Amino acid sequence: MDDFNNSSNSNNSSEAEQLTLEQAIANLNQKVDLGARYYAAWWLGKFRIKDSEAIAALLTALEDEQDRAPDGGYPLRRNAARALGKLGDKRAVEPLISCLEFPDYYVREAAAQALENLEDQRCVPTLMKLLEGGVVQATRVPGKPHLVQPYEAVIEALGTLGATAAIDLIEPFTQHSMEKVKYAAARAMYQLTKQDQYGEMLIQALSGDDLQLRRSALMDLGAVGYIKAGQAIADTLAENSMKLIALKGLLESDLKSSKDSAISPESIHIMNLMDSLL
Amino acid sequence: MSDVQELIKAVNQADSADLLLKTVEDLAVVSDRAAIPTLVEVLGFNNPGAAVAAVDGLIQIGEPVVAYLLENLDGYNYGARAWATRVFAGIGDPAALDLLLEAAIADFSQSVRRAATKGLGNISWSKLAPEEVKTAQQKVLDTLLLATEDGEWVVRYAAIVGLEALSKTLTESQPDLLPKITTKFQELTNNESEQVIRARIQYAIRRLDRA
Repeated sequence: MDDFNNSSNSNNSSEAEQLTLEQAIANLNQKVDLGARYYAAWWLGKFRIKDSEAIAALLTALEDEQDRAPDGGYPLRRNAARALGKLGDKRAVEPLISCLEFPDYYVREAAAQALENLEDQRCVPTLMKLLEGGVVQATRVPGKPHLVQPYEAVIEALGTLGATAAIDLIEPFTQHSMEKVKYAAARAMYQLTKQDQYGEMLIQALSGDDLQLRRSALMDLGAVGYIKAGQAIADTLAENSMKLIALKGLLESDLKSSKDSAISPESIHIMNLMDSLL
Repeated sequence: MSDVQELIKAVNQADSADLLLKTVEDLAVVSDRAAIPTLVEVLGFNNPGAAVAAVDGLIQIGEPVVAYLLENLDGYNYGARAWATRVFAGIGDPAALDLLLEAAIADFSQSVRRAATKGLGNISWSKLAPEEVKTAQQKVLDTLLLATEDGEWVVRYAAIVGLEALSKTLTESQPDLLPKITTKFQELTNNESEQVIRARIQYAIRRLDRA
């Protein structure tokens, strides 16, 4: 599994390479073949097609009523939201904010993730609304594999957006019983407050029993650049390639923060750890 | 049964990821040749913790591992090949030099290229016939210079680490090759897009100046 990033990239089907921009837009705008629409929305995001017509077609798809899943969900809207998050066009911000209040959980989740990527502050108040009710209300929906709201995605977005207004709302979620939510909150709290206690929470996750969770903590620490995590990252039971990516995040963060051109002792420590993992 | 046989049996009977890790650690630490086949086998399991322990154990055992591992390398999945390359890289036996030269450039897996690239800086040159050293070092240099252009940042990073280590060797054996490395470092300081690699070059230059 050392290279799972590579292997997941290698499954572009030949169909993917054959689709052209014109075809993708045409597929997205027609109403007969729902599979082709769904695929075209994914394709535009996957290949980062930043075309104005493509954006318009995706925004239309975001209001689709035709493509419905057996659970009542809206698969095309989900894919359109994900794609819009990858294309960086600000026209998508307001429509995606509306999606945060849509009944389909997965549309809300995709919208929160997309808005995180678009780095636009306008979505902060609506994201915060989804956390209202706090941990008490953040329970599983009966009969569904998810909670009431996409807490993980919402909290991560607020952290990335630097939404310090949300600190009091997010803090209680560091005690949530679901580990993914708990660590998303720790990550966001570290981004928003720079307090070590939250970085230390993420370090604790590195020694957890679940490999997926350890990997996710590695990515979190790398993303927030918690410099004190270097040794703990190197000692984690996980693939070296993941640890190297995490340490790269720490090193980048330290290089950015040091004012003069000389390399800091902290940076050297991280580089020595990286050398040992190659 | 000897102690090592007991430890091998414990690895074979481990029925959980945690137990596998613990038993492999116990076996690795005794550094016994009899453990080689078992430790090599562990490289093929999808258990990163146990694989790290097995790699450390195999590097500790050293030279006797090289022939066995070279013979048994075919047919492994890319994860196992990456770990095996790390073993060769850690031992530094020139018997694996051709394999490392090839893997550093041509392997499809970036973790194998990464490990091989680092290993090229770590060859025990004294184990190679003196008349072969110059040509072999030239090949290593050419390969590492090529690896600085790899598409994956982590391989380029490993190439800098490899070039730094090779510089120390060349200072003794072939100082006339050193300018190729300094020129490359200068060029990459201006052109390399990854900040962490530029920082690693700066660190390498600093250490080489002080040596």
